[in-house]
Amino acid sequence: MPETHSSLDTVAVASGDPSREQPWSDLGLKADEYARIREILGRRPTSSELAMYSVMWSEHCSYKSSKVHLKQFSEIPQETPVGAMLAGIGENAGVIDIGQGYAVTFKVESHNHPSYVEPYQGAATGVGGIVRDILAMGARPVAVMDPLRFGPLDAPDTQRVLPGIVAGVGGYGNCLGLPNIGGEVVFDESYLGNPLVNALSVGVLRHEDLHLAKASGVGNQVILYGARTGGDGIGGVSVLASETFDADGPAKRPSVQVGDPFMEKLLIECTLEIFAAGLVAGIQDLGGAGLSCATSELASAGDGGMHVELDRVPLRDSTLAPEEILMSESQERMMAVVEPDDVAAFLAVCAKWDVEAVVVGEVTDTGRLQIDWHGQRVVDVPPRSVAHDGPTYQRPYARPAWQDALQADGAESLPRPSGGAELHDTLLRLVASPNLCDKSWVTDQYDRYVRGNTVLAQPSDSGMIRVDESTNLGVAVSTDCNGRFAKLDPYTGARLALAESYRNVATGGAVPLAISDCLNFGSPEDPDVMWQFAEACRGLKDGCLELGIPVTGGNVSLYNQTGETAILPTPVVAVLGVVEDVTARTPSGFAGAGERIVLLGETREELSGSEWAHVVHGHLGGLPPRVDLAAEKALAELLHEASGQRAGLLTSAHDLSDGGLAQALVEAGLRHMVGARVDLAGVAGGDAFVALFAESAGRALVTVAEGDLERLGALAERHGVTLTDLGTTGGDTLVVEGHLEAPLLELRSAWMATLPAAMAGPVTEASLA
Amino acid sequence: MRVGVVTFPGSLDDVDAQRAVRIGGHEAVALWHGDHDLRGVDAVVLPGGFSYGDYLRCGAISRFSPVMTEVIAAAERGMPVLGICNGFQILCESHLLPGALIRNDHRTFVCRDQRLRVENASTAWTSAYDEGAEITIALKNGEGGYVADAATLDRLEGEGLVVARYLEHNPNGSMRDIAGVTNERGNVVGLMPHPEHSVEALTGTGTDGLGFFTSLAALAGATFA
Repeated sequence: MPETHSSLDTVAVASGDPSREQPWSDLGLKADEYARIREILGRRPTSSELAMYSVMWSEHCSYKSSKVHLKQFSEIPQETPVGAMLAGIGENAGVIDIGQGYAVTFKVESHNHPSYVEPYQGAATGVGGIVRDILAMGARPVAVMDPLRFGPLDAPDTQRVLPGIVAGVGGYGNCLGLPNIGGEVVFDESYLGNPLVNALSVGVLRHEDLHLAKASGVGNQVILYGARTGGDGIGGVSVLASETFDADGPAKRPSVQVGDPFMEKLLIECTLEIFAAGLVAGIQDLGGAGLSCATSELASAGDGGMHVELDRVPLRDSTLAPEEILMSESQERMMAVVEPDDVAAFLAVCAKWDVEAVVVGEVTDTGRLQIDWHGQRVVDVPPRSVAHDGPTYQRPYARPAWQDALQADGAESLPRPSGGAELHDTLLRLVASPNLCDKSWVTDQYDRYVRGNTVLAQPSDSGMIRVDESTNLGVAVSTDCNGRFAKLDPYTGARLALAESYRNVATGGAVPLAISDCLNFGSPEDPDVMWQFAEACRGLKDGCLELGIPVTGGNVSLYNQTGETAILPTPVVAVLGVVEDVTARTPSGFAGAGERIVLLGETREELSGSEWAHVVHGHLGGLPPRVDLAAEKALAELLHEASGQRAGLLTSAHDLSDGGLAQALVEAGLRHMVGARVDLAGVAGGDAFVALFAESAGRALVTVAEGDLERLGALAERHGVTLTDLGTTGGDTLVVEGHLEAPLLELRSAWMATLPAAMAGPVTEASLA
Repeated sequence: MRVGVVTFPGSLDDVDAQRAVRIGGHEAVALWHGDHDLRGVDAVVLPGGFSYGDYLRCGAISRFSPVMTEVIAAAERGMPVLGICNGFQILCESHLLPGALIRNDHRTFVCRDQRLRVENASTAWTSAYDEGAEITIALKNGEGGYVADAATLDRLEGEGLVVARYLEHNPNGSMRDIAGVTNERGNVVGLMPHPEHSVEALTGTGTDGLGFFTSLAALAGATFA
């Protein structure tokens, strides 16, 4: 660290000693950024100020490479199909109206680099951080979800990283009492050495309970409460999130935070009780950049001034210097702005929950963020300059030289299985492949039942939570992204991620309302990567405009690469929808025998980027499937109209995406072990292989009672959705007329065996028998 | 009946247990760990969760909370007490039930729909079931392995104090597949699986767990205060 107690670098010292050498470069600042800080302050920064600027101007906190592209999301009307957004981008999390006086807030964030360095704690604190974001809006967190991406399943490092990350997600979320209702587990070579741990949380509040992060009201007290501040996670933001891993670099472990979910559970209950009693004027959670972020953001969003006595901060380690306290990313901390008359009541609620709380400062009218250390001023800055006036980069970007060659190398010309036996083998191989196989080895380590409101959870297409027990109002959420499609064409890939997530929410019977996104990319200093990023943002913006749903917020994670190789561009999209009656939701599995199986949507010969090309040929090239968002919207409306909430026709609905129709038939059948007999003559011009394995977007597999087919047909026609009658449910095999007959037991064995075998199965049935 | 549900710091399934009590036909009364007060309830549920973060040892700290002094005294007078998951751990730590619960043999947390056989349908919490009834209820635990010395296990078996046993699959390495036990009087029951998550067709694993809460009706009118 730059300074110690014995040589405190105060504002007075800095003014009198303008030419002192400062370690701005070691803290991740560039020369021009350091010069700018000096210009803002009219002097060199103190070491505490330098610490604050360095973390707040890091890529992770300032979005300096991405914000010129993110700006366009605000061009989308800030309105959902239900009404105006209650809070949008820039708040801890966006808030949308779901009717009946309820609002929902949701957000997805990354914790990629910490999870690679220390899988358990990295993943655990990822869950903790997003839950505090939701809490800070005034909402009770009601569910979590985790989109995860790893290197190849059989890679030795995946064996290290995956069990730790899954245990961390479970260990933290289970202990908070939040059901984990979905997410993704995806494997690809590009994530080896750079796994992605994205964490989503959903919270529910009444409209009147919305709280925003601002410090208003001169004389109001600033209270820090929760866990004590320690040396963990110091510089986590600047050191970890904003640097590419270098194989020869120093060990990064000291920069990873350590979580205490028990403290967070107390913090949740304590904070909700404080909200209910009306004791806060403003609130902010402490996440990346810790106190530097909370103090500067609260002050700049409020009346503009704040005075903090930093020596009042309760410490776990009494030797910490002020710079370290300002940078510490110790978990489970919150900062509230409280009117003086409410302070006693606030502290009493904290005492009830055994949560330590200390008044550390107050709101002022100075327009400055002023921080003292034992009576000496160590920070005196305009808060906005720290929180919002960080640098903006116009990073150069250009379509990669290799993009044309990649797109020219389509998978459509690869050798295909011929004949029933080969189709059968292909089917078995795909259902057992890492991306398509059963994920219960992962999801069984998560509590999906707690709080008693889980209507749908993995392996359903979306997670669904009941919000109100008397009216059965609920919400559904899904997260999706196919990084291979995004590599082939980032613009279309982002739109496909949006389309898939939108469709997944719709298959359960929900009306999609809004999105949050987590944009995971490689180094922004690489023009190829920057082009991928720019294209994906443009695709998302255009897509949201076409679908009429806003971006409520999100997160950008850059520098996801080891050495020269970037990860697949991975714009994870989370769509949230509202369900007016969760008791009438549409389940995703075949419920019984004798029902008509119907394919909705058009199937084209689209095999590039597919699981088939990936698994069978190790191939990635060509153009991703076409995306037609008007068709997606029509399909979603049809799925809602035909659901139990309206016409009551659908007995099940399953999205078609990775693995195509074949995978949807298998998953729908294995849910309750109900077989199917289908004739694919009417799909893809009668080419059974294309019908089974193409990954065309805008499709769903649904079932209706025998007598309801005609009504569904009329409804589909009204919505302009192509409908193909495939056959009937029943039996204990999956029969594709004229091509193959696969016993469900055989499919289930193949589907279930992969993950437990690869993980040397601590929780396999076999190992416990 | 008025059924108290205790909230400890770190309790998670307290709201679920309250809902199950209501669906079971009773009034749910919230009890606070720090109070020496059972608020005149007729029965008590110690819910699941990670009280005190499971620090030191599951249930070891909660056992010393003020409310447990009252629960232990009431249980000794015959008041029905049901401990679910973490509640079961607290009952063992309190010596209201024999044995202990240790880390799952496979070392990971597990959440699954679990088949059980009700072995003793004469306790305060299981009288709504038929003896030998096979049910499916939610199970989720990291430290659910039931252990006791051989003599204790033999006594439990011999005296019919095993309340429920895992069927088809032992999810945590519990000795003799034991999922729940009771005391000699049959008023105190500890259960590792979660019947409160199995009381509604819409959520959880169906309604097989409801019997644990409706069984209390047979005791209406009895007082243990």
